[in-house]
Amino acid sequence: MPTSPRITTQKEYFMKHTISILVENHAGVLSRISGLFARRGFNIHSLAVGVTENEKVSRITIVAEGDDYTLEQIEKQLNKLIDIIKVRSVKGSELLSRELMLIKVTCTAVQRPELIAIAELCGAKISDVSKETVTLELSDNEARITTFEELLKPYGIREIARTGFIALQKGSGSISS
Amino acid sequence: MSNVSNKSKQITAARALVNCLALEKVSTVFGYPGAAICPFYDELSKSNIEHILVRHEANAGHAASGYARITGKAAVCIATSGPGATNLITAIATAYMDSIPMICITGQVNTDQIGKDVFQEADITGAVESFVKHSFLIKDAQDLPETVRKAFYIASTGRPGPVLLDIPIDVLRTDIDFDNVKYMEQVDIRGYKPNFHGNKLQIKRVIEAIETADKPLICAGGGLFNREAYKLMRQFAEHADIPVISTMMGISALPTEHPLYYGMIGMHGKGIANRAINNCDLLILLGARVNDRAVLALKNNDSLKVIHIDIDPAEIGKNLPASIPVVGDLRAVLEQLLEQLPKKKHENWKKLLKTDTGSDTLDMPSKTDKINPKQFINILNRLLPEESVIVADVGQNQIWTANNISLSEHGRFITSGGMGTMGYSVPAAIGAKKAAPEKEVIAICGDGSFQMQMMELATAIQHNINIKIIIMKNNRLGMVRELQQNLYNNNCTAVNLDGSPDFVKIAAAYGINGDYVTDIKQADKALITLLASKKPYLLQINIDENEKTM
Ligand SMILES: Cc1ncc(C[n+]2csc(CCOP(=O)(O)OP(=O)(O)O)c2C)c(N)n1
Repeated sequence: MPTSPRITTQKEYFMKHTISILVENHAGVLSRISGLFARRGFNIHSLAVGVTENEKVSRITIVAEGDDYTLEQIEKQLNKLIDIIKVRSVKGSELLSRELMLIKVTCTAVQRPELIAIAELCGAKISDVSKETVTLELSDNEARITTFEELLKPYGIREIARTGFIALQKGSGSISS
Repeated sequence: MSNVSNKSKQITAARALVNCLALEKVSTVFGYPGAAICPFYDELSKSNIEHILVRHEANAGHAASGYARITGKAAVCIATSGPGATNLITAIATAYMDSIPMICITGQVNTDQIGKDVFQEADITGAVESFVKHSFLIKDAQDLPETVRKAFYIASTGRPGPVLLDIPIDVLRTDIDFDNVKYMEQVDIRGYKPNFHGNKLQIKRVIEAIETADKPLICAGGGLFNREAYKLMRQFAEHADIPVISTMMGISALPTEHPLYYGMIGMHGKGIANRAINNCDLLILLGARVNDRAVLALKNNDSLKVIHIDIDPAEIGKNLPASIPVVGDLRAVLEQLLEQLPKKKHENWKKLLKTDTGSDTLDMPSKTDKINPKQFINILNRLLPEESVIVADVGQNQIWTANNISLSEHGRFITSGGMGTMGYSVPAAIGAKKAAPEKEVIAICGDGSFQMQMMELATAIQHNINIKIIIMKNNRLGMVRELQQNLYNNNCTAVNLDGSPDFVKIAAAYGINGDYVTDIKQADKALITLLASKKPYLLQINIDENEKTM
């Protein structure tokens, strides 16, 4: 027999997967999708929604964790939802993926030049400044966002907001091709 | 009065909905009214569509399910908003688990009141999300015809299932343009394109596998009843001489007495079927999702090849890994296969199965003065007309019936397989009888399950639906009691049914004739009377409460 479906609920190989979904731009679609993930025990790491080049179609990008069996089930179950037009899960290396982070850190006037240097180094923007804080924004891939956050930790992070990842395939290919 | 109005003109959406049903060739619906759905009932009463008034909304759903299983087409059930809709939920979930095509219409509060927790508001589309094939909340009246058309299309194509239409009362009252011709136009839903034919390469691989297999075995599932695919399965099995076992949903896909048939598999299945599945070298799953209770029997068998043919790609590889998956409509795929199928003989394999020494004694006489239910079913088998529909409820009664009933090629077995919903048999029998008035339709249930549905005796009487009911009375929730005996140290709790009424007297109160069978010697005569009755009839048989399920 070919490899066996997962029978235990044990957490084996929990890999992160990026799943791109094109959906009809209707009310209720998102709840159907998130409900499906919850029911099938697939943990959503991040989720981003926005309209596409066609205003009647939205694109949902979900980064989720799970083993291969669960991923296959999720893809098949997603495909069964009537409002879903296309589902594609793509390996990390074939993806151009970006997330936007807003991060507010404690920063006195003396520390400012230093912080500006870090921002420049990482390609982040200073979005807001107050007497004792600076808010920065960075749009980048997961590794670089994590590095940036690490670099800012010593200053004292007050608040972070992240959009969740959006992704397109690298090269000329698209979800529909 | 005509069902369908001509040409495009302004009518209320309620009226349009009735017209849509007529255009979908719906002649019978099952429901229960309330304020929010009243505009629809008003119009329905002016049409030729017959409305069967059930006594609980869940039973409107179960009756529609029984009706759909016999007609093979999507059946309609109706409830009002709030409690009406929530009462329907069990039936929707039951239909979903067994892939039954169904259109569930619920009334909803005014569009501008949705989300404000007004009287009898329930978010029914949200509540049933995980067990409908799809649902629509119709907020714009002009969308109604197209939405209804889509609902029927989605419910009855691909893997069938229930589709819910939730319609606010103000939408039902709004005037819209309605055009018969336009309504009948082809539906196109870009996110929904079910496979139909099997992939040619996979078909070839299936043929090759059958060519080389020594001990092939077909496992017949409920999917075979779609588009009468079971008829092709029979040709397929006979042509290639392949033994057949079934899941509970697949019972009666092949006549019980067919020489190639070896019974139901699974936790409560026949020993011989479970041994066959462990001895075969090629397992061909046809429209069976082989759930946990069914595959339990399958031991690790590394050399086993599995062909899985199913309309739903998500079922393939879900419970059992498939060596050769084929996604497509079973009838279409079987047609493709029959074109190339080699003629085979499997005498040795069949001999092996025939000489199987495991025991499956089914006709054991009772040790007490009470009746052995298996023996009773065997007597029923002798008397049952060729064209019979047997609807089994849930519990021990279901397993006794499933394992012992004998049905011809015109017979049909129906039960709540996936959900195991007690209270299914009587309303489903009502629906089945409406769909096939010429057939004998018998509901077989326990005394526990009967008490979940006995209000439907009124429905049968009111609408002259000639169903027959057999209650296997053991004064216990038998199957749970057995579980407690075996796994909970014989602590039999909350399973005693003292306080139950005399069911024959209950029937009499509804004007339904009935009788008791307290001794197996009375069974013949009682069953002859039951089968001869031109009106609903009920038998209470006092079975041995110690009789085991298996
Ligand atoms: C709606 C519902 N509630 C509870 C159960 C759990 N259950 C399964 S079998 C059973 C006992 C059924 O008793 P009865 O109808 O008397 O049939 P018997 O097993 O005695 O033949 C119960 C309670 C169920 N399947 N469905």
